[in-house]
Amino acid sequence: MALSPTDVARLAGLARIHLTAEELERMAPQLDVILDAVAEVSQVATHDVPPMSHALPLTNVFRADEVRPSLSAEAVLAAAPDVEENRFRVPRILGEGA
Amino acid sequence: MNRLEILRATAAELGAAIAARTVTSVEVTRAFLDQIEAVDGRVHAFLHVDAAGALAQAAAIDERLDGGEKLGPLAGVPLALKDIFCQEGIPTTAGSKTLEGWRPPYDATVTRRLQEAGIVILGKTNMDEFAMGSSTENSAYGPTHNPWDLDRIPGGSGGGSAASLAAFEAPLAMGTDTGGSIRQPGAVTGTVGVKPTYGGTSRYGVIAMASSLDQPGPCARTVLDAALLHEVIAGHDPADSTSIDAPVPPVVEAARSGDVTGLRIGIVTELGGEGYAPGVEQRFREALDLLREAGAEIVEVSCPHFRYALGAYYLIMPSEVSSNLARYDAMRYGLRVGDDGARSTEEVMSLSRAAGFGDEVKRRIMLGTYALSSGYYDAYYGSAQRVRTLIDQDFDAAFQDVDVLVSPATPTTAFKLGERVADPLAMYKSDLCTIPSNMAGNAAGSFPCGLAPEDGLPVGFQVMAPPLADDRVYRVGAALERKLAERWGTGTLTDQLADGEAGAYLNLKEA
Amino acid sequence: MDEVLDYDDVMADYDAVLGLEVHVELNTASKMWCGCTTAFGGEPNTHTCPVCLGLPGSLPVVNGKAVESAIRIGLALNCEIAEWCRFARKNYFYPDMPKDYQISQYDEPLCFDGHVDVEVDGQTYRIDIERVHMEEDAGKLTHVGGATGRIQGADHSLLDYNRAGVPLMEIVTKPVRGLGDKAPEVGRAYMALLRDLMRALDVSEARMERGNMRCDANVSLMPKGAAELGTRTETKNVNSLRSVENALRYEIRRQGAVLASGGRVKQETRMWQEDGGVTTAGRSKEQAEDYRYFPEPDLVPVAPSREWVEELRASLPEPPAQRRERLAGEWGFSELEMRDADAAGAIDLIEATVAAGTTPQAARKWWLGELARRANESGLELDEVAMAPAQVAELQRLLDAKTINDGLARKVIEGVLAGEGSPAEVVDARGLAIVSDDGALAEAVDRALAANADAAAKVRDGKVQAVGALIGAVMREMKGKADAAAVRELIMTKLG
Repeated sequence: MALSPTDVARLAGLARIHLTAEELERMAPQLDVILDAVAEVSQVATHDVPPMSHALPLTNVFRADEVRPSLSAEAVLAAAPDVEENRFRVPRILGEGA
Repeated sequence: MNRLEILRATAAELGAAIAARTVTSVEVTRAFLDQIEAVDGRVHAFLHVDAAGALAQAAAIDERLDGGEKLGPLAGVPLALKDIFCQEGIPTTAGSKTLEGWRPPYDATVTRRLQEAGIVILGKTNMDEFAMGSSTENSAYGPTHNPWDLDRIPGGSGGGSAASLAAFEAPLAMGTDTGGSIRQPGAVTGTVGVKPTYGGTSRYGVIAMASSLDQPGPCARTVLDAALLHEVIAGHDPADSTSIDAPVPPVVEAARSGDVTGLRIGIVTELGGEGYAPGVEQRFREALDLLREAGAEIVEVSCPHFRYALGAYYLIMPSEVSSNLARYDAMRYGLRVGDDGARSTEEVMSLSRAAGFGDEVKRRIMLGTYALSSGYYDAYYGSAQRVRTLIDQDFDAAFQDVDVLVSPATPTTAFKLGERVADPLAMYKSDLCTIPSNMAGNAAGSFPCGLAPEDGLPVGFQVMAPPLADDRVYRVGAALERKLAERWGTGTLTDQLADGEAGAYLNLKEA
Repeated sequence: MDEVLDYDDVMADYDAVLGLEVHVELNTASKMWCGCTTAFGGEPNTHTCPVCLGLPGSLPVVNGKAVESAIRIGLALNCEIAEWCRFARKNYFYPDMPKDYQISQYDEPLCFDGHVDVEVDGQTYRIDIERVHMEEDAGKLTHVGGATGRIQGADHSLLDYNRAGVPLMEIVTKPVRGLGDKAPEVGRAYMALLRDLMRALDVSEARMERGNMRCDANVSLMPKGAAELGTRTETKNVNSLRSVENALRYEIRRQGAVLASGGRVKQETRMWQEDGGVTTAGRSKEQAEDYRYFPEPDLVPVAPSREWVEELRASLPEPPAQRRERLAGEWGFSELEMRDADAAGAIDLIEATVAAGTTPQAARKWWLGELARRANESGLELDEVAMAPAQVAELQRLLDAKTINDGLARKVIEGVLAGEGSPAEVVDARGLAIVSDDGALAEAVDRALAANADAAAKVRDGKVQAVGALIGAVMREMKGKADAAAVRELIMTKLG
């Protein structure tokens, strides 16, 4: 299946990466080559094979409900690109959350 | 000990000498810092050298030892830390521009365990951006050069750690392995690298690439050194839910023993043949002969689904990558561009991610976004997870029959810098042999087994063992190391490097 | 402004179908994946660590208490509990979500296929529960620079991640049909039931005004007799029981108007505007979001043993409805009295006061009378009023012993609320005990009779109602510290 620059643009939107028209043109065939190479994977395993999401079959790893010290606000905000009133300052937001 | 004795010594020897107070940790640390100063301009293994911090740490260890305290076998020995491990207050970039200048407010569990063992952290080593690559050419800070041939790649993603060992800039190093990022650099630099059983070492504080595959592990010039380091970093960590709550396998004992009498070794049929360099196959076969001499039984085993491992890996890994790297959004830390007061958060995120990530990272994020997107999930991510099960079942079946599986660690020796940059698929094939163990989560290591006759470059021998049988990896590695040393009449492969022509540009000759 | 139709007109042609998604913040001490406190408030970004900030390298570890609470909620809602389930990542970029994905559950919820019954006007409605799953809360955004403090028109926004990672349960109903014209009331009653249940289970404060419990209300209209569901809207920002009912009623009227004019209801998210009593259009949902869910690789599956589940089932408290019925019987309350007590959030308080030795009616009188008034004045919930059930019981004992009277009791409450100590301590400190010195009382009566000769004369002439003015005069004289019955008796005696 060939990816068009439009498909790539849609993916770039989902991935929040700004790509120029040239980059879209360049990336579409690169992704195609990789997708072709991995396509056989979908033919190998039938649905009676269970999917494996974790390397080891561990279950029920829980921690006790105990409060531990937090970081200081100073440490939390030290790397922030922009700060106002001890909060992270971000540009105006267009969309609403999920 | 003089400068060259210090640089050429194993970590075990240095630890013993420091404990015996025949040399101080400060002297040892200074010797390696000087070596970095002398050769890293050519090798570029390090992204950050913390000379002051290392010397202070060394002095503190010396003081404790002078005070009569008994410390571990590696106390006072320096180490090069891959720049993927968080170290409080020390720049940590994961090779990415997006994290340039970021100083974590916390230590990775591995970092903490190293420090608690008295190991002196020299600095942070170069790597492919977010560990995505097999050559370090994807580092935002320029590639590392292979000490065996400065025009060649040192492997990746942990090329900086492997090169620092081969250039005698450090006696120990730390790596992480998602598809071969410890073993492949180990193979192409003639050093030892082990990927522990998934869950055997903590991922807490290790900048994630693909969570279900990533695993920190030791890098060294000898098998025993790697085992000693393995023992320091391994063991249950409650901060990592995927960490195994079980005793650490007896890796040091296995490395000291090296007894393979009666051990059944299976050669994986599918990991050889077409696409494998003749010199690689030749040295691999010779190594098998040596192990047979040492008392092991060699058989051939088929793992039919391994041929799909690369394809499944390039669906699972990018999927996890696309999610793990979402957090680099210019809101809380990291590079922010385009915030001119008019642009929205959405635009600033997109522009910052475009500016902060390199091409390979972008490609993988896009691939993963596609593989997970609605309508494609079953065909791509879902199928890949089923193939993962088949690979795991191949391993299970094989380990019913044999104690360990073996293969070359990489199909070829180190290629030239720039050779595969424009061809992602060719680059991905560097990890053909190493990926299956990441998929199944078992233990695997690469051990030097000689130089390919056609190019004089190192070849790696891979040993794979069932989950939590990491000791078998070391047992086979140690047997091979001994047999090869007997045969060569020198120490390790890197000793041959130091004694040869490269010794001059690697500052390993008497002035 | 959207057109709306009369509610009854819409109901003449359509049935409303509800779907409620309720988010409940658990009251665990620490967050879902890390040891940061869940305490409300705190300076911005001081309840955060590498994990809940999503710093590079950090990893989540599940809070076992949260899983236990989730299972208990599921059991109380008559759900099946999964034998094995996984967390999943819901991928979307939003600055209040530090990892830019939310750890949630997707096609393997911990609890599923449950039901509860709610009652409205004597009629029982069954609500089928589709699922209860575990996830994490987001940080708090403050929008700066706009006229309204809303996202639209803001100049920039500020982020505080103290709430990020607080355990959140999502309780989702199946489409609820067959509600006749009672959909808004059923929606409200369901929320009230969930609130009571969360408190009875002690898993959440369930305070809607604090955002502990939030409701996304889906509603659609289908023509009477039709089989297919209509297009639904999802209304957010519904922050009280009353708003649930009002928002649903409004949406039904608005959708009715759209359909009546031959239009098509748009599938969208709408926001409830409390002040205007309307919903306004939000994001269009015609294009489904692509959240790219996949199993969370950093967390291992949850596989609650059947023994554990049965242990938790055995320890469930009595269901709120059943308990209410039992208490009404024990207390002899009428249905109306019980409903008022419930609405005021006074049931637990009355129960505790009765346990401390007060009669149910007396306990009810204080909690629904003076204390409810005080709570209302200070904008507090009844259980936030600074007077404990044991203190109310003590107050009632002082009253029964005629140490104080009703009027003095109110002053005692004032003292207790002001932090002056227990009721007895307040009586002592403020000198509020009834004067039982007969001499002092007799003098006061004499003075009152002399000063109010007219009234005294009327009483003598048999106009007994006039005695009220005399009693009032005596009480004023005594600064309220007299037993009104005793005063009356004394006056009547003196006036022969």
